[in-house]
Amino acid sequence: MRWIRRVSLDRLILRQLATQLFLLPLGQRPVRGDPGWGKSQSAVSHCEHSKSHRCWAGSGPEAFLGIAVLASLAAHPFAVAQTPPNPAPAQRFTVVLDPAHGGDDTGGRLASGQTEKTATLAFSVRLRSLLAARGMAVVTTRESDATVDPTRRAAIANHAKAGACLSLHATESGSGIHLFTSSLAPTQAGLFVPWKTAQSGWIGRSLALAGAFNSALLHESFNVTLSRTALIGVDSMTCPALAIEIAPERGPDGRVTAEPDDADYQAHTANALATALLEWRMEAHQP
Amino acid sequence: MIPRYQRILFSVLLLAALIMGGVLWHLRERAHQRLLAGEDSAPTKAPEVAAAEQATLLVANDADGSMIVQARSLPLPADPSARARVLLGNLLDLYAAPDAAHPVAGGAAGIAQVFLMPARGSKDPENSRDQFAVVNLTGTFAASHPSGLETETLTVLSICGTLRANLPHVTQVRFLVDGMERPNLAGHADLTRTYLTADAVPVASGNP
Repeated sequence: MRWIRRVSLDRLILRQLATQLFLLPLGQRPVRGDPGWGKSQSAVSHCEHSKSHRCWAGSGPEAFLGIAVLASLAAHPFAVAQTPPNPAPAQRFTVVLDPAHGGDDTGGRLASGQTEKTATLAFSVRLRSLLAARGMAVVTTRESDATVDPTRRAAIANHAKAGACLSLHATESGSGIHLFTSSLAPTQAGLFVPWKTAQSGWIGRSLALAGAFNSALLHESFNVTLSRTALIGVDSMTCPALAIEIAPERGPDGRVTAEPDDADYQAHTANALATALLEWRMEAHQP
Repeated sequence: MIPRYQRILFSVLLLAALIMGGVLWHLRERAHQRLLAGEDSAPTKAPEVAAAEQATLLVANDADGSMIVQARSLPLPADPSARARVLLGNLLDLYAAPDAAHPVAGGAAGIAQVFLMPARGSKDPENSRDQFAVVNLTGTFAASHPSGLETETLTVLSICGTLRANLPHVTQVRFLVDGMERPNLAGHADLTRTYLTADAVPVASGNP
């Protein structure tokens, strides 16, 4: 009996260690109200503020093996990828909205004189209310004019186990809506992936998400440009991720008919994106 | 009455002063001639004009997010690093033109240096001819670059694509700004990563 109790105790210690090291899957981590919640939060904040990028995101029970190989991994920044998309049937479809820039980082400046950080926040608020009205859970990386590190943005997105992660931008150059997926080379999603290239295991799903958005936007007569880019933050997300850049709407003669911070233009764009996400949710078979 | 010995002494001293003045004048003239010879900056050799060669530039277009291949005849130096710098300078000059489809201020002065070195990570590093390019942009160019995901991405890709089109052995590109690593170009495009020139193929518009 004594050895059984001892094994149980060891497993408990291992589990606590795994929680501290951020190796447990989200469902098994202590949540608010649980006795271990405080410790979990400290692990999260450690991960989010880690400058060495030595952060892990959750995976299955096999993540316990991570403790045994920690020594060999200590020299490299790794993330444990979520196994691509096999969400729990009862889990609510979650969308992460990441209004780019904020605080000291103003981003670009629009023709109206407004900064990109203000335009993206306004668009995020608009889109969030539309998605919430359609029964989706929405997680945002910022709700105010605050500086949020790209690593923290990715950490928030990865914790949410989202069905779609959208990094929102606005620009004065080009026209219509620019959809970007990460330019990382696609890889098989493994147990451990480097933090800076965690998106590489999700490139296929991200391209599919871009396709769904492209269809919805074309249906609404938007001028859409599809491309790939290297963007810190999006490259670390372990979810189907897109960077969406709203450029001015231009007529056939190239003249601007609506600026990216125009309320009607933003509402029209947000409606099209909400429709795309509805279709994407149906494709993912999530409530 | 001046004594005779004083008159003789005065004459000798006067003669010595005149001789010393003459010698000093001569030495001054010699020093002046030596100084002029040292500062002579006139070219000793006529400048060589490189022959014009056919070059390919990948020119970005903001309107549809595409890159257009443009063939140009340019005088290019033989040294690969200088060649790369001239090519990229010509590319940025196109962007600085008033009617540019991808307007970016600065022009050729935006490229401080281009360094070429053997590429890392080659399977056969000793026999491989793959090269790694480090493009050092000026801080003025980065500061004046329009902020935007598409415009910054197009600048980076057109630089990588132009290098690949003219120097096929350049397989990887890194960017510095004023000799230092910088997180992004103008708030968006990641400059901390190594770009593969093979990825910088002309991108067509997503939709008609």
